[in-house]
Amino acid sequence: MSQSRGRPGAPEHQPDTFTFTKANLEEAERIMARYPQGRTASAVLPLLDLAQRQAGWVPVAAMDMVADMLAMPPIRVYEVATFYTMFNLEPVGRYLVQVCTTTPCMLRDSDSIVEACRNRLGIDFDETTPDGLFTLKEVECLGACVNAPMVQINDAYYEDLDAGSMVAVLDALARGETPQTGPQGGRHASEPQSGPRTLVGGD
Amino acid sequence: MLQDRDRIFTNLYGFQSPFLDAARKRGDWDGTAHLLARGAADIISEIKASELRGRGGAGFPTGLKWSFMPAERPAGQPAFLVVNADESEPGTCKDRDIIRHDPHKLIEGCLVAGFAMRATAAYIYIRGEFVNEARVLEAAIDEALEAGLIGRNACGSGYDFDIHLHRGAGAYICGEETALLESLEGKKGMPRLKPPFPAMAGLYGCPTTISNVETVAVAPTIMRRGASWFAGLGEPKNTGTKIFCISGHVNEPCNVEEEMGIPLRELIERHAGGVRGGWDNLLAVIPGGSSVPLIPKSICDDVAMNFDRLKDVQSGLGTAAVIVMDRSTDIVRAIWRLSKFYHHESCGQCTPCREGTGWMMRVLGRMIEGRAEPGEIDLLQEVTTQIEGHTICALGDAAAWPIQGLIRHFRPELERRIEACRRNARQAA
Repeated sequence: MSQSRGRPGAPEHQPDTFTFTKANLEEAERIMARYPQGRTASAVLPLLDLAQRQAGWVPVAAMDMVADMLAMPPIRVYEVATFYTMFNLEPVGRYLVQVCTTTPCMLRDSDSIVEACRNRLGIDFDETTPDGLFTLKEVECLGACVNAPMVQINDAYYEDLDAGSMVAVLDALARGETPQTGPQGGRHASEPQSGPRTLVGGD
Repeated sequence: MLQDRDRIFTNLYGFQSPFLDAARKRGDWDGTAHLLARGAADIISEIKASELRGRGGAGFPTGLKWSFMPAERPAGQPAFLVVNADESEPGTCKDRDIIRHDPHKLIEGCLVAGFAMRATAAYIYIRGEFVNEARVLEAAIDEALEAGLIGRNACGSGYDFDIHLHRGAGAYICGEETALLESLEGKKGMPRLKPPFPAMAGLYGCPTTISNVETVAVAPTIMRRGASWFAGLGEPKNTGTKIFCISGHVNEPCNVEEEMGIPLRELIERHAGGVRGGWDNLLAVIPGGSSVPLIPKSICDDVAMNFDRLKDVQSGLGTAAVIVMDRSTDIVRAIWRLSKFYHHESCGQCTPCREGTGWMMRVLGRMIEGRAEPGEIDLLQEVTTQIEGHTICALGDAAAWPIQGLIRHFRPELERRIEACRRNARQAA
């Protein structure tokens, strides 16, 4: 399929075709059934997400396939894919490291997290390491502000970070390990660091 | 201080299981069929009597909002409850805890609210980044369906009610209710002109009410314990409990459910371990999420945390996300970073917001180092007023207000930086 002007994404990486795996096709049908008849366009976000989970990003061919499945004009799907920040329009590394730098994280020194990532990975925002393992991105508030500073790597949140724990998480991922997600400083969730002061009565 | 027995979200921190067995032990799904048997009108009047106001930021009276849905509909026309779980307001992380730790409060709330407004189904629109939270909620919805609590003949009430989860994909603007509907319909999240209001023509053109997660999730407890219990907390028109998110320069950032109207200082000192370096080290607080104007320490000293008291000091309760800034804060950079946020998140539909957010960000960016003319402070103020109120949705207002707050309370700091920069330039010349 040739690239025409106005289509999203850089042309050089684009595959000619995209098809869902059998399992994802079944999942897509389950998703489409959530919406009333004639309203299946509602499934465009979940289907693009499914395509991204399969390919790691959303090629134009996947957008065309989703348009076809949902009986939408392709341009409507391109509009959606380019509007929402979670869709990667180009390939990304195996680990997409998204650093929140919005004010609540900034106040808790997200600058040091950005520096730690840059130094450890040797890349800047919107770049991928040569081994294809990590892509670094700056993102807006991820909604975990009382556990700032924090990053999202693929589906997981890593919270209460400092430069040391940030590097430790990246090191573990580079070694192929699965680091513990959530707060890195010993907290369970959003309670005060020294332990909950409310809801302490137990069951 | 609020007693634990008056706390609604008893698993806020997730030390217990979020799932059905544990939720039942916490009192969820207790006598839900009896609640529904009281009838839609009774539920609405109980919520009205509780004086619950929307927990998503605007503080609109909930009972009134839920009563806007038409009582009579053409046969076969659906109506929807849409739950706004697109929690994205910087500073805010309360709905996340409800969803991942107490999801059955939300699910039972959907049934109660949906029944009261005669909805045929609910869609919960959760921000796309909350992947693991969505998995917990999906599993909780599935077990509620399996247990006959929702779905066909929900709780044996004879009422059929399905709940669907819909994940967003990264757009702050989708927290605006009509942008959320556009997104749910499979389009770009661009707010709609109102009227028509969603209660008349919302999702798929059908009657729709959009409510925040926390608003919906407190409803069953209000019904069980009674409006008078809820209204007995706080003060009139500002009743009940509220989850506060305390972030920034405090010793122990945390979420906590407290009584509406708790003094800001008590909230910070009792629950968040106090301001880093002590109360006198406080510079300013953004009391309700990034969209509300900051208040300087002099106001923080004795302000109470509710809708009307914070409005009195030209700020707002918003989402009750308390962002604390101590005296080490570069206050201009902190507000500039919010301007950058709004510039990034503007949907681009309205010119004043699309162009204005970028313009304000750039001017404020120069002002961090004082690289500006003294007259540009007034110009910046003027531009904020040209954006505020001149856009389809409130994102333009939300972008303007933090800057207005900065100029209102920190004008001397802006002037000092500009003067210092000019002095340096003269000395260099």
